[in-house]
Amino acid sequence: MTLLKQKTAPVGHLEREAKSTPGDRAVAATSHVVLAIWSAIVVLPLLWTFMSSFKTSNEIFASPFALPGAWKLDNYIKAWSEAGIGAAFINSVIVVGVSLVLVMLLGAMCAYVLARFSFRGSRVIYVLMLAGLTFPIFLAMVPLFGVLKGMGLLNQLPGLIITYVAFALPFTVFFLFAFFKNLPGEIAEAAAIDGAGEWRTFFQIMLPMARPGLASVAIFNFLGLWNQFLIPVTINAGGPKVLSQELFAFAQQMGYAVDFGALFAAVTVTVIPVLIAYILFQRQLQGSVSQGTSR
Amino acid sequence: MSLPPPTAVLEGGRKAAIQSRRKNLTFDKVSFMAVFLGIPLAIYLVFVIWPFLQAFVYSLTDWSGFSPNYKFIGLDNYARIFTDDQFLKALSNNVILLIIVPLVTVVLSLVLAALVTVGGSSKGQVKGLKNSSFYRVVSFFPYTIPAVAIGIMWGQIYDPSGGLLNGALNALGLNFKDYAWLGNTNTAMACSIFVIIWGFVGFYMVLFIAGIKGIPAELFEAARIDGAGRFRTAVSVTIPMIRDNIQTAYVYLGIFALDAFVYMASLFPNAGGPENSTLVMSQQLFFTAFQRGQFGMATAMGVILAVATLLFSGLVFLVNKLTGGTDGGRL
Repeated sequence: MTLLKQKTAPVGHLEREAKSTPGDRAVAATSHVVLAIWSAIVVLPLLWTFMSSFKTSNEIFASPFALPGAWKLDNYIKAWSEAGIGAAFINSVIVVGVSLVLVMLLGAMCAYVLARFSFRGSRVIYVLMLAGLTFPIFLAMVPLFGVLKGMGLLNQLPGLIITYVAFALPFTVFFLFAFFKNLPGEIAEAAAIDGAGEWRTFFQIMLPMARPGLASVAIFNFLGLWNQFLIPVTINAGGPKVLSQELFAFAQQMGYAVDFGALFAAVTVTVIPVLIAYILFQRQLQGSVSQGTSR
Repeated sequence: MSLPPPTAVLEGGRKAAIQSRRKNLTFDKVSFMAVFLGIPLAIYLVFVIWPFLQAFVYSLTDWSGFSPNYKFIGLDNYARIFTDDQFLKALSNNVILLIIVPLVTVVLSLVLAALVTVGGSSKGQVKGLKNSSFYRVVSFFPYTIPAVAIGIMWGQIYDPSGGLLNGALNALGLNFKDYAWLGNTNTAMACSIFVIIWGFVGFYMVLFIAGIKGIPAELFEAARIDGAGRFRTAVSVTIPMIRDNIQTAYVYLGIFALDAFVYMASLFPNAGGPENSTLVMSQQLFFTAFQRGQFGMATAMGVILAVATLLFSGLVFLVNKLTGGTDGGRL
C-alpha cells in the first residue's frame, strides 16, 4: 500500500497553491477522514483474509486478530492441490484466455462490418445485439443447458468457451461499434485505392487503429469472464471446474471438513492475481471507465 | 508487408476504385462480409438469442429437462408460481434488494465521488481533493474480485466465533459473543445487502468521478461566482450534469438486485439463509431446474424475472424523464 501511495502522489504539487481558507481545510480534512474510513472498510477484510490464510484452524478460532504462529504455506499447498484450486486456476486461465481472444476478434469483426457498411438488415442485427445486453442472462440459462446438451458440449470446456464468447459478444460489439464509427473513413478508403482488399484493410489498418478501444473492452471482458459464476455452475456443473466454481464447491464442503485456513488460502489465490494486475494497470482501467461513460 | 506507395495509383484511379468498391460485389467483399458477420452472428444466434426465444416456449410446457417429451400446459406454470409461497418469499426479498441496493449504492458512491472531486480549495481553479487517487484505486478493489470470493470472504467475517466482525465488536467491549449475523433472520438480509454494496460502490464511485470530471469547469466557476457553496454546487450543478450516469447506474444495479444469485449463493452455502430470509428468485429458479428437474417451471420463473427487469428499467427511464432529465444531461 505504501507503494501505491507513492505511485499516485499528485504530479502537480509544484504549481503555486492558492491560499486555502480554514473552511477549505476543514472540508478537506473531513473528506479525507470519510474516504479513509471507506478505504479501511474495503481493505481490512482483504488484509484479514490474507493474514488468516497463513493460520491453522485452531489459530483462527483462538483469535481473529492474532498473527499466524508461523508464515507457512501449508494452507496454500492444501488449497492448490488437495482442494483442486490449482487445476481450476489453470482451467480458468485456459477458458478465459481463449474466450477473450475469440470474443475480441469476433466482436471487432462484427462491430466493424456493422459500423462501416450499410446494408439491408444491419440495423436489425444491431438492435438484436442490444437486446442481448438488456435481457437477464438467467432467462437463457435453462434452455441453453438443453442446447449444449444437444450438441454434446455440456460439461466440457469448449462448450463453456463458446458460451462465454456468445454472451460477451453484445457488450463487445456495442462498444466497438461506436469506436469503429468514429475512426476516420479516409484511411480505409486510401487503403482500398492502394489495392488492399477488405480483409487486409481490416487486419492491417483498422484493427491496429482500434487498439485503445480494444484494450478497454478487453479489460472489462476479462473481469467479467474471470468472475463469471452462473454460466459455469449451470452448464459445466459436471465438467472440469473453473476457479469460481471450485472455490464455491470448496466452501460448500466446509460444513463437513473444517479447514478454514485452506479456504482463506483458496480465496487469496483467487483474489491476488487479478488484484495485482489491477494495481499495475489501474491507470488504464480508470481511463476505460471514463471512456465507457463519455458516450 | 507495407502497402504499395500511393504513386502507384493513377489520377483517375481514385474514382474508379471507390465506385467499384460500392457497386461490385467482389469475391473479396462477399467472403469478408460472410465471415465477419456470419461467424459472430451464428454463435450469437445459437447460444444467446435461440435460448432466449426457447425460454418463452418452454415456460408454457411441463418439460423436465431430461426427457425429450413435453406437453403444453398453457399458463399453468405461471399460475402455480404465483401461489408458491417460497417463490413469493423470494420475490419479496428481491423487491427489498431492488429498493435498497441501488439507492444506497448510488448515494454512497456519489458522496464519495463528490468528496474526491470537489473537496479541494474553494479559491482559484476548481480542484479535486489532494492525494485522493489512493482512495479511488482502493475503492475499486472489490470490483476486481470474483463475487464468489467476496461472498465466501464475508461469510467468514460474519462467522459467529472466528469472524472479524465479532472479534472487532468484542474487542471494543460490546458483547456480541457468538452472534450469528448470517444465521439470524433479523440480520441476515441486512448483512447480505452490506456485502453487495461493498462490492459495487467502488465501481460506481469511479464511474461518477469520471462523469464529474467531464463537466466543464466553467460551470463550477460560474456557480461559485454566483455564491453557491459546496453543497449547493453538488445538488444544483453536479447531480443534474451527471444524471445520465446516475440513471445508467440505477438500471444496472436494479438488474443486479433482481438477480443477486452469486452473492446469496456464496454467502449462504445452505441456500436461502435462515427461514429463507435471503432466498432470491434466481436461486429458486436454479433449484427448480437443476434439483427438482422442472425446466418448464424454471423458465417461467426466468420470464417473470425478465419482465420484472424490463419493468424496472422502464420505470427508471420514466422517472428520469418526468423529473426533467435527458436535456440537462449534456451540453
